[in-house]
Amino acid sequence: MSLAEGTRPRHIPDRLSGRMGHALRSWELLLLLVGVAIFVANSLLSPYFLSPWNLSDATFNFTEKAMIAFAVAMLIIAGEIDLSVAAIIALASTLMGLALQHGAGTPVLVGVGLLTGLLCGLVNGTLVTRLGLPSIVATIGTMSLYRGISYIVLGDEAFNGYPASFALFGQGYAWWVISWELVIFAVLAVAFGVLLHRTNFGRQVYVIGNNDTAAAFSGVRVQRVKMILFLLTGLMSGVAAVCLTSRLGSTRPSIAQGWELEIVTMVVLGGVSILGGSGSILGVVLAALVMGMVTFGLGLLNVPGIVMSVFIGALLIGVIAIPRLIRLARTGRAA
Amino acid sequence: MSTFLKSREAMLALALVALVALVESRFRGFAAPGNLAAVFNDTSVLMILALGQMLVIMTKCIDLSVAANLALTGMTVALVNAAAPGVPVVALIALAVGLGLLLGAFNGLLVWLLDIPPIVVTLGTLTIYRGVVFVISGGEWINSFEMSPAFTALPRMVILGLPVLSWIALLVVLLVAVLVRLTPLGRAILAVGGNAHAAVYTGISVGFTRFMAFVISGGLAGLCGYLWVSRYAVAYTDVAVGFELDVVAACVIGGVSIAGGIGTVGGAVLGALFLGVIKNALPVAGISPFWQLAISGAAIIVAVALNARAERTKGRIILKSAEHAA
Repeated sequence: MSLAEGTRPRHIPDRLSGRMGHALRSWELLLLLVGVAIFVANSLLSPYFLSPWNLSDATFNFTEKAMIAFAVAMLIIAGEIDLSVAAIIALASTLMGLALQHGAGTPVLVGVGLLTGLLCGLVNGTLVTRLGLPSIVATIGTMSLYRGISYIVLGDEAFNGYPASFALFGQGYAWWVISWELVIFAVLAVAFGVLLHRTNFGRQVYVIGNNDTAAAFSGVRVQRVKMILFLLTGLMSGVAAVCLTSRLGSTRPSIAQGWELEIVTMVVLGGVSILGGSGSILGVVLAALVMGMVTFGLGLLNVPGIVMSVFIGALLIGVIAIPRLIRLARTGRAA
Repeated sequence: MSTFLKSREAMLALALVALVALVESRFRGFAAPGNLAAVFNDTSVLMILALGQMLVIMTKCIDLSVAANLALTGMTVALVNAAAPGVPVVALIALAVGLGLLLGAFNGLLVWLLDIPPIVVTLGTLTIYRGVVFVISGGEWINSFEMSPAFTALPRMVILGLPVLSWIALLVVLLVAVLVRLTPLGRAILAVGGNAHAAVYTGISVGFTRFMAFVISGGLAGLCGYLWVSRYAVAYTDVAVGFELDVVAACVIGGVSIAGGIGTVGGAVLGALFLGVIKNALPVAGISPFWQLAISGAAIIVAVALNARAERTKGRIILKSAEHAA
């Protein structure tokens, strides 16, 4: 850790590099190349990879996680984090199951799922923006709380018997091999891309992540923006809960266990700085595709799930460590 | 004396006594010395891990990999014991601590040399270490009949009325207290968390201090790996899964500030005991163990909120205008 990091003057180039030159050196291009390489490797290693239906199945590996990752990316860019997202899925799914026991139909189930997500986001946002708690600890706390409530309700039981019409979100296909979930993913990707890169709100998120004091002085309502981001993250967890519950057709309190890690990995792999202030939705989309293909490829090669998580963990550290190692080797000292 | 009464440790100790009294008033016998000793023994592992975690959090870092470290070292010594029952237990304990130190050093090096945020490092190593447990064990369980009698007997052996497990916890409490109060490293840990820039000016290497905190946390997790596996006489991939949250909760309840620089050995011990009493009171009160996760979560949130308020009122305002700006 170097001295007075925040006060070091920033190097501002006289002329911004051209679009092409910038794009060629970008993280996104690197990800795209890695993605293509994995795609080619997968199709060589397994004869089952290059089939439209298999590829369609593979998309379920990342669609639900990516929906949340878009919102978490914005939170991380703004300098906060939410580790409770997977627990929100568990709680939303559990409450949907409870509603089902009381005879709720599909529209009510979806409403319960989304509302639970929003409510959990509101709790997280209140803890961080009103009480001023560090988001890491606050959301570690709510993570135990939300999943804990799930365990209280369900114990070692499970809810199932969701209505056939509810299966649409996780099991339905819009056209040929294109699932509704993939459609939702694509729509959300575009929506979040526009929100982050094309609106005032998106710019404010970057400003807050770079310097929230300066943001406050420039008239950005920092706490309100952060609150909206927590609500958005909660809502997206609700959407993911609807999709996942619909796809699995059942609810257990251990649903989506450990997803918070995979989602943070996806965001960081997508080139979002964990320290806040930079990143793009395109990067997160590409990271989602890469991670989806890696897990699917390993699955085809009969690698057990827990071993895959070793790859995910190594990926998370490697993606951050390798550029720093290269810089370390180049300058010969700690950055 | 009056400052002592206002201190967090005193408040927490009172809360703990009140909690025990409350359980005792409903269920006679809970506060009997024998039962309290059993609760202490049951909380030993949590206490040891919380002390390691406290050192890490005081340097403004966090170590989420302790439970996975515990599982990996525990599985390793169980495998060695099952394969070679002749290896003395002392050697196995040394192996567990040594392996734990290495795993902690790996975390520490990534934080120190590559300056990667600790939460990212330890979230990553948490899955890696846990995955390696599965790989080395092939997903199999090591059961008590595969372990040597000496291996499983040690933590239970009673010396002067207390099991060895409790004595080890007391020894660790003493050592960490000495470390924090009397050694340069302990003072450096406090200084780094209190004000990293000022620490640099006084000649302390922030990165190295953090590295050492991770190493100690890892070593203690390794020790707990042996203690856990031998006490429950079983090792499997999911040993102590999610236990890192209890450890962080114990610290936060004990008044260790997540912003670094604040924390005491007494606080961490009381925080761990507080959770231990709740955990042991639940079955006595006939409440389903499924409540425990939610209670830990609620306890973390309440404790952090209280800490944040306490720190805000105590805040050192050096430059008023700057303080308002931030």
